[in-house]
Amino acid sequence: MTQKEGIIIKVSGPLVVAKGMAGAKMNEIVYVSKLRLLGEVISLSGDTASIQVYEETGGIGPAEPVFLTGQTLSVELGPGLLENFYDGIQRPLQLIEKESGSFIDRGIHVPGIDRERKWDFKPIVNSGDSVSEGDILGEVQETTLINHKIMVPVGISGTVIEIHSGEKKVEDTVAVLEDEKGKHHKVTMLQKWPIRIPRKVAGKRIPNEPLITGTRILDTLFPLAKGGAGCIPGPFGAGKTVTQQTIAKYCDAQVIVYVGCGERGNEMTDVLMEFPELKDPNTGEPLMKRTVLIANTSNMPVAAREASVYTGMTIAEYYRDMGYNVALMADSTSRWAEAMREMSGRLEEMPGEEGYPAYLGSRTAGFYERAGAVKCLGSGDRVGTLTAIGAVSPPGGDLSEPVTQNTLRVTKVFWGLDADLARRRHFPAINWLSSYSLYEENVLDYWKKEVADDSVEIRGDAMKILQEESKLEEIVRLVGMDALSSKERLVLETAKFIREDFLFQNAFDPVDVYTSLKKQYWLLKIIMKVYYSAQEIVEQDEFEFDELKNLPVMAKIVRAKDIEEGKWDEFEELANEVTSAITALKK
Amino acid sequence: MQKEYKTITSIAGPLMVVEGVEGVKYEELVEIQVPDEKGTRLGKVLEASEGKALVQMFESPQGTMTEGTKARFLGETMKLGVSEDMLGRVFNGAGKPIDGQPEIIPEKRLEISGKAINPYSRDYPNDFIQTGISTIDCLNTLVRGQKLPVFSGAGLPHNRIAAQIARQAKVNDGSDFAVVFAAMGVTFEEAQFFQAEFEKTGAIEKAVLFVNTADDPVVERIATPRLALTCAEYLAYEKEMHVLVVLTDLTNYAEALREVSAARKEVPGRRGYPGYLYTDLATIYERAGRIKGKKGSVTQIPILTMPEDDITHPIPDLTGYITEGQIVLSRELHRKGIYPPVDVLPSLSRLKDKGIGEGKTREDHSGVMNQLYASYARGKDVRELAVILGEAALDDIDRAYMKFAEAFEDKYIRQGEYDDRQILEDSLGLGWELLKLLPKAELKRVKDEHIEKYMNE
Repeated sequence: MTQKEGIIIKVSGPLVVAKGMAGAKMNEIVYVSKLRLLGEVISLSGDTASIQVYEETGGIGPAEPVFLTGQTLSVELGPGLLENFYDGIQRPLQLIEKESGSFIDRGIHVPGIDRERKWDFKPIVNSGDSVSEGDILGEVQETTLINHKIMVPVGISGTVIEIHSGEKKVEDTVAVLEDEKGKHHKVTMLQKWPIRIPRKVAGKRIPNEPLITGTRILDTLFPLAKGGAGCIPGPFGAGKTVTQQTIAKYCDAQVIVYVGCGERGNEMTDVLMEFPELKDPNTGEPLMKRTVLIANTSNMPVAAREASVYTGMTIAEYYRDMGYNVALMADSTSRWAEAMREMSGRLEEMPGEEGYPAYLGSRTAGFYERAGAVKCLGSGDRVGTLTAIGAVSPPGGDLSEPVTQNTLRVTKVFWGLDADLARRRHFPAINWLSSYSLYEENVLDYWKKEVADDSVEIRGDAMKILQEESKLEEIVRLVGMDALSSKERLVLETAKFIREDFLFQNAFDPVDVYTSLKKQYWLLKIIMKVYYSAQEIVEQDEFEFDELKNLPVMAKIVRAKDIEEGKWDEFEELANEVTSAITALKK
Repeated sequence: MQKEYKTITSIAGPLMVVEGVEGVKYEELVEIQVPDEKGTRLGKVLEASEGKALVQMFESPQGTMTEGTKARFLGETMKLGVSEDMLGRVFNGAGKPIDGQPEIIPEKRLEISGKAINPYSRDYPNDFIQTGISTIDCLNTLVRGQKLPVFSGAGLPHNRIAAQIARQAKVNDGSDFAVVFAAMGVTFEEAQFFQAEFEKTGAIEKAVLFVNTADDPVVERIATPRLALTCAEYLAYEKEMHVLVVLTDLTNYAEALREVSAARKEVPGRRGYPGYLYTDLATIYERAGRIKGKKGSVTQIPILTMPEDDITHPIPDLTGYITEGQIVLSRELHRKGIYPPVDVLPSLSRLKDKGIGEGKTREDHSGVMNQLYASYARGKDVRELAVILGEAALDDIDRAYMKFAEAFEDKYIRQGEYDDRQILEDSLGLGWELLKLLPKAELKRVKDEHIEKYMNE
């Protein structure tokens, strides 16, 4: 059979138009020119096709061939994904280096998953068992942290007539299934899935467990649920990347997919060098053992940047389907949107706001909707979650721009970074007045059950105090501190504790960077004790506010952070000490 | 195989349509021969379609005509001939020497658009660079392989600062830098200033200059930084040099990009700049770095003037999203007569933590940096408060902060144009000296043992 091919009639940056493409499908993979540059069909008209090319197109011109493949743009799924470092179209960067040295050449084709490596396959079904799509056939210990489940590919069900065990390469047959019609299907550990189509699930659920990040402002004030979607918009220098990386390092998801989409090369290098060294706080194993990195830096081809978030999402979904809690970080989705804008411009489509294509909204929504808590395909009650966290880089920090607005419509958690806080070196520079989480209600029960009954109340009161502080600050600015009543000064004092000793957190301090939920609860409770117990005290006649301020126990509150995790007695002692020291001021 | 056509059907601005062409490649170079003209003009293919090519001319389209003008397609993309002999020479935005000396004999010819560094092959930048400017060395440390832009404004002395950095930059092991300098759309005087500056100090021996002045073709302006970076990469990765690339002024570059984009009738993004401005700037800035297993490195100091001093303007904004920090210049300090007018508070070097501390500079560096920063911020706040409430309303501590802020601006930020401060003795030492103005109890960011050790010298 001869390979089908078309002929290029136009080249404009990453857009190539070819004729003679009858039989081409939308989103089909093609190879452009003799260099065999990877491209994807993005529009068809008669027998001409517009192709988005994932590599630089300099030196390519009309009359050169385009080869059709009949396949859609897919990622390879199977053991070997973890610990890997990919570009936007799932080419391992390490293999690219082997082929072309320190700089990335064109037309390099390397497999996403190592074909030669052997894995110890342990079957969990027997010959004669009947299985359907999504059922687990067997397991492979992929890394020390993750037991990789080999599932029946979507669209196949039947009876197991052969099942093998032992050392296998990913392309070796591990099972043979016979379907109702008597047809035999060979199943290998390697599967493919088109990146733009969400993987099939049995059903979605409402997320109700918090994703624990160890970052106090996130966990206590603006919780993200496992299976939820959140966004971090912020101007440059406000700490988007640090926040994303901190979550990637310390959150309690079992698998992390980190997509560096159109960002700095040095940042990805930093992650790559740091993750194998850092230990996962939940398991003590190197973080890399649970991580897949995808890097399409800002100077790498723009079309591959567009694909990179989908590549990451599909890999994340695959692990979710095994029943794991997966978290996907995309830094930054604005660069992804810009890549869409660039392709749209070259296609001469009618632009929407600020030159972005009109479908920006639906693509954004489609992306974040792939997050969720799901009942996995297959028998049994396997539940997996996929949490998506997208950084947004609004131009000039202006949140009214289209990418931010479209993102806010579909994400339920908004962690708004604030340039002003960053300038004052308050980190994480997340604004506690403008940020919100719509998962507060969902995770209530979890907090009550796992942490403490009064945790929800304390949090609510703390939020109120922060709100009130911003009002009072206005007054202070206009007429000075003396105009405030003692009660109002108490609010300001408490708010200062909350800001400086609870919300402020140093991401570069090995201890401070992670705080367990229980410790978060105690830290906040101790601070709130000041507020609760001083209510009446400060209203006494001729009460000098400094009496309260200068209590020796106040200095202890500042150092409460230093009390070790698990020593809950000490926290409780301190809380009681605060109460008794303040009540002693009663006249 | 070269092909020559006389079928130019339209010329608009720097763009030219050639019809009836065959086998034309995207980004291929084109030589344009105007009748009765001796030399040729250069252009490149922006869009290659069947039988038609859209050509962007690097030089002025003046005098070209649709009849009689010939377009010759050269069959290769734009390349720069490089060799070590480029050091000490001055070129224009087309890569031709303009210092009156003969052309160089290239050792090899490299594509000017360069290839992306594989993120896997990068080495993390962490060698301290001493620029001799306290506000940079101590507070916003530059490291080898970083890209740290200077955000300036019209009328601020960014050129003098750039020249000073280029003159003084060195690393701990004593080795200094080769400087590759690209001027885009600068005035003749500015170009002259740099050239004279380099010649005067002898720095020209280790410098390569690419100069595209304001009256040179706009399209060449787009090629200029790429020529400079191609040359820099060659010197760094093949000749094992540490290269400092100074690019000025990126604002002119972005304007040129907008001009060409408008001529192509592309859908504009923010403020008329093309939607791909971010990607385009990234292909320049991301060429800074270090590579595993290679001795040399490319460090970039791009300079841009913020229109109306507005840091949210697309050019500084997109730059800030790509580069690893920024040095912001302040008009207020400049008006006070302080040179270099580095606005310490909004300035930031993201990689500073990797280049400082024991073994790189000194153990107390991080503490001193944070303390100076915090104290100056507080001092500035107090100063504003004093304007509203009057100085009498301040308490002793506040007054000490105000005094500190004044002294900090006058002694620490201010320094001579030829004052090459050493990090240990001068920059850190002076920092400690100034911190004496504050009560010891206020020094919370420095360790007590460091106060003991360094303060009472």
